[in-house]
Amino acid sequence: MTSVVATNQTILVVGGGISGMTAALEAAETGKRVVLVERNPWLGGRTAQLYRYFPKMCHPTCGLEINLRRLKANPNIQVLTLAEVTGISGTKGDYTVTVKLTPRYVNERCTACGECAKAVSTEIPDAFNYNLGRIKAAYLPHSMAYPMRYVIDKSIIGTPEAEAARAACKYGAIDLDQQEEVISLKAGAIVWATGWKPYDAEKITPYRYGEFPNVITNVEFERLADPHGPTGGRILRPSDGREAKNIAFIQCAGSRDENHLRHCSRFCCMASLKQTHYVQEKYGDEAKSTIYYIDIRAIDRFEDFYAKVKANPNVTFIKSKVARISQDKEMNPICWGVNTEGYKRYSNTHDLVVLAVGMEPEVKGVDIPAEVMSDSSGFIMADPANAGIFGAGCATNALDVNRAVQSATAAALRAIQVVNKLARAEA
Amino acid sequence: MSNANQAMAARYKNNFLKEIEEQAEMGEWVKMCMQCGVCSGSCPTHFHPGWEHPPQEIFMMIRAGKREEVLTSPSMWMCTSCYNCYVRCPRKLPITHIMHGIAEYAYRLGLAPKMQPTLHLSQTFWRNCTKTGRVNEVRLTQSLYFKDGFMAGIKKGLEMKDVALGLIKAKRLNILEALGFGHKCKDQQGIQKMLAKARELEAKRKNRQVTA
Repeated sequence: MTSVVATNQTILVVGGGISGMTAALEAAETGKRVVLVERNPWLGGRTAQLYRYFPKMCHPTCGLEINLRRLKANPNIQVLTLAEVTGISGTKGDYTVTVKLTPRYVNERCTACGECAKAVSTEIPDAFNYNLGRIKAAYLPHSMAYPMRYVIDKSIIGTPEAEAARAACKYGAIDLDQQEEVISLKAGAIVWATGWKPYDAEKITPYRYGEFPNVITNVEFERLADPHGPTGGRILRPSDGREAKNIAFIQCAGSRDENHLRHCSRFCCMASLKQTHYVQEKYGDEAKSTIYYIDIRAIDRFEDFYAKVKANPNVTFIKSKVARISQDKEMNPICWGVNTEGYKRYSNTHDLVVLAVGMEPEVKGVDIPAEVMSDSSGFIMADPANAGIFGAGCATNALDVNRAVQSATAAALRAIQVVNKLARAEA
Repeated sequence: MSNANQAMAARYKNNFLKEIEEQAEMGEWVKMCMQCGVCSGSCPTHFHPGWEHPPQEIFMMIRAGKREEVLTSPSMWMCTSCYNCYVRCPRKLPITHIMHGIAEYAYRLGLAPKMQPTLHLSQTFWRNCTKTGRVNEVRLTQSLYFKDGFMAGIKKGLEMKDVALGLIKAKRLNILEALGFGHKCKDQQGIQKMLAKARELEAKRKNRQVTA
């Protein structure tokens, strides 16, 4: 049985991505008691799945490492992975929360030696790499996973494979008898930081994502460019494994569209500009990038970044939203449309098309088990009706990492205020 | 310049966008266009001859005040009403209806291109159909075939001869319609009254004078 120490002066943070980790750390570093709940078996969220950040082009693992160090050094935070909130009752300052814990089948004795994975042959889709590859059913989610522990996928539980994994473990870390459990804990305030998901590109039917292998999404492209990704950092076409050297980026794939996401997702322009750097970095002058856009939204200090990409002769900008994509015999995607600058029709053949899909709030359509107000896109709004529940990061708006961290810090402060008020009343 | 055209040009001096918004059906949507180009790219006409300006360009020309060029353009008349642009527009502009609205407005001002095939068909069909309440198919086809002259009409007629004979055989076409016989509505006067009333109501709704 998992034990959690929590009172009504505890802050519960739901979601362990960059926003949730930030909110949890900021609150814990002021001395508050925090419980951090994460659905995945690891922390870091979608930020950990990026190859590089804009605008400084540094690696997210760096920021992640700093946060993990703060986390390990702080006794005020308790992290629950493979955990989902199923119910919230009570009022601001006195919530009771039920959390469902899914078994990992691996306990804290794990040293991440990897012997269990060697003993297992069943493969499952690699969720960390957006299912671009397959991994063993006993796996370490990624090289910087926290907690640094293997996971046994539930698909092999009850099979001889699971027994083989247990037998291979020298440390007695595999516990196949673990059961799903539901625990109940107290909290004074709740920070809801469940983040975002990439918009389902299959819904944008004229782009034929899911049907044409060489039409991929921007989040998948991040994994292709990452040396820890399924291709070892080589940008290869999914259809034939050939190097992709003529790459199209289609902006507003789903965003700013009343038929899909009505909001501007804000990060995709910068993400595509950043991704042209990957192409340049891998292939130099051999490769060309083409960005199809309605307008580039690189505001504020990002303007410089945009100006530099624009000056690169290997990057072409076409002011037009692609109307549809077809495919030739070699499975090269062809973009069709009309260029707004001159109103000329085009049909351009590329090696690979990257759809800059937008952000859909993870909370959209999900019944948060409490009264929480959301806007027409499904993002959590700041509203007095939310009482002691505060949205943070991409659960509240389409934000880049930088702004998600700012939002999370603000949410932490609001939660701290609730808890402080209680502490004063009881003193 | 027709009187109606002069009056409107004077009334909306230098503000063509406002003119379209107030006078053309669905014109109030024009300002919502964000120039993404999905409508033009989705248009099945592929800019055949006569399709000079795709919808997004028409909308931009309206904003730029290119009154003569827009209203005399054959582009709006080339719309096949496939509704591809309508369903794909990211801002949900009823593009098909806007194109029809602008076309109708240009016609009302007498600026629509003469003998434009779509316009010609609409007019011929309307007159033909409203006269007796039923379409006189023989006369409708005749007027369409002979639109570009006598010889062109004969040629077209011979091309379609087999289809026509098949239709007659299957009793889908009554050749006597050529002489004014064939199907008609019982209460022809009633139909005229209905149409007159509809025109009156429409004019009232739009606060305009009754047009024929």
